[in-house]
Amino acid sequence: MLEVAGLQVHYGGIAAVKGIDLHVAAGEKVALIGANGAGKTSTLKAIARMLPARGSVKLQGEDIAHAAPHALVRRGLALVPEGRGVFARLSVLENLEMGAYSRTDRAQILADIERVFALLPRLKERATQTAGTLSGGEQQMVAIGRALMSRPRILLLDEPSMGLSPIMVDTVFDVIREVAREGVTLLLVEQNARLALSLCDRGYVMDSGRVTLEAPSAALLDNPAVRAAYLGE
Amino acid sequence: MDIFIQQIINGLVLGSIYALVALGYTMVYGILGLINFAHGEVVMIGALTALTAIGLLLPAGLPGPMLVLAGLLIAIPVCMAVGFTVERIAYRPLRHAPRLAPLITAIGVSIVLQQLAMIGWGRNYHTFPALLPTAPHQFAGAAITDLQIIIVLTAAVLMAGLVWLVNRTRLGRAMRATAENPAVARLMGVDVDRVISFTFVLGSALAAVAGVMVAANYSIAHYAMGFMLGLKAFTAAVLGGIGNLGGAMLGGLLLGIIESLAAGYIGDLTGGFLGSHYKDVFAFFVLILVLVFRPSGLMGEKVAERA
Ligand SMILES: Nc1ncnc2c1ncn2[C@@H]1O[C@H](COP(=O)(O)OP(=O)(O)OP(=O)(O)O)[C@@H](O)[C@H]1O
Ligand SMILES: [Mg+2]
Repeated sequence: MLEVAGLQVHYGGIAAVKGIDLHVAAGEKVALIGANGAGKTSTLKAIARMLPARGSVKLQGEDIAHAAPHALVRRGLALVPEGRGVFARLSVLENLEMGAYSRTDRAQILADIERVFALLPRLKERATQTAGTLSGGEQQMVAIGRALMSRPRILLLDEPSMGLSPIMVDTVFDVIREVAREGVTLLLVEQNARLALSLCDRGYVMDSGRVTLEAPSAALLDNPAVRAAYLGE
Repeated sequence: MDIFIQQIINGLVLGSIYALVALGYTMVYGILGLINFAHGEVVMIGALTALTAIGLLLPAGLPGPMLVLAGLLIAIPVCMAVGFTVERIAYRPLRHAPRLAPLITAIGVSIVLQQLAMIGWGRNYHTFPALLPTAPHQFAGAAITDLQIIIVLTAAVLMAGLVWLVNRTRLGRAMRATAENPAVARLMGVDVDRVISFTFVLGSALAAVAGVMVAANYSIAHYAMGFMLGLKAFTAAVLGGIGNLGGAMLGGLLLGIIESLAAGYIGDLTGGFLGSHYKDVFAFFVLILVLVFRPSGLMGEKVAERA
């Protein structure tokens, strides 16, 4: 589904991502974990063409490293950005409509809005409220619901647990699990490594712009180095 | 004749024109954080283009209103093209430059357009032919002409259409999303460059209409007419809260009314010391007051400094 090779991101002269390789197979759930500043967000942004980057990125076998950023959503890629990035002055419903911006099948869009409301009932109650007035957890739901509105084949999530209460984190992760069950491929960035690895099949560990480990989730959860560095043991 | 009512009517007419121009400033500011100082020049180009077109069509013997309409229909696409081109060649390359660069560029574009207009249309004042009925109707002790009614109604219809476009259509939603967060809008599939182009084109179309209105209302057009008009409309946008559509409309109308009332009463108030030609002072007095006491404008949110 997604193949990244030799990806590099620089901010001015500073290298944030120093040539990483990763791949996500169709239907797979993959975690990308690492400490603050490891380069996780930069990696996702580079894949989604929000940042200039070097290296190759292939989506379903096609090179997208030079595609127009706004064309990616039509190819099945959606990103739930770090900090959610909801349109605060648009209503919840309008945020969802924005998620479906690349589509024209009106009837299907309306049906998908109902599906998102079924998955995230809280959003239905808040449909006409501006997104900026919602709580952090609700905004995260808007961001996820909005991403689903494009009917993505692969969903990139950047720290969906950030700043949420434990209960809200559980709710959001249940939703992500449900989305994966419906067949959406996942690349999940998290600082909360235990949470991410418990959901995903496989994980990459990133440190200072490099991938230092890659293994099935169970193996990473057992790895003493990972336990010491990322699981707080 | 009731001076107060008369000046309110005059103010509404003038304010409608300010509002149409202010919308162009505010839409561009909302999306790019840029004050497009060249916008007043687009108004001027609209007025002079219509004037030239009408001059060429005059021998065809069309009825007056048809001629004005024809002039308008030619001025609109010309202004749209000017707005599109200016954004494309002057502002787009500076999209990621520090804020000062596009601001200074905007002033430069304004000067360039004005000079080009001077070369094309000369330094003289051009008389805009009286093609629209200006017979006054009596209204509450004051006079209002058909032309004035047409100006106010046209502006109202255009503004209602704009509000509908921005709030109720897919494109308008994309404009608002882009104004708020272009990077995320792009993730949703919005071609941000096209939305920005569209914003300039739309503002320029309104400017063209405003240009024809001013020229028809004052029967005059001139290569430098955009400067003062642009500054006043900018003031109106700031008064309403720059970046806010409703604010631009309210600010435009208010500024028009304030200015007209000032023009009507300034002589009496100063014992004849200052005449009505000092009315321009009031617009900028308003600007200073707003900037000091309510920099975010009447309807604006907190002015957030964007990076
Ligand atoms: N816009 C920027 N300009 C300069 N440096 C940046 C910028 N964004 C990120 N960086 C730097 O790049 C490195 C990687 O940042 P990135 O945000 O990708 O890390 P991250 O793994 O997502 O961290 P976190 O877990 O805190 O979100 C960091 O050293 C950061 O300081
Ligand atoms: Mg991050």
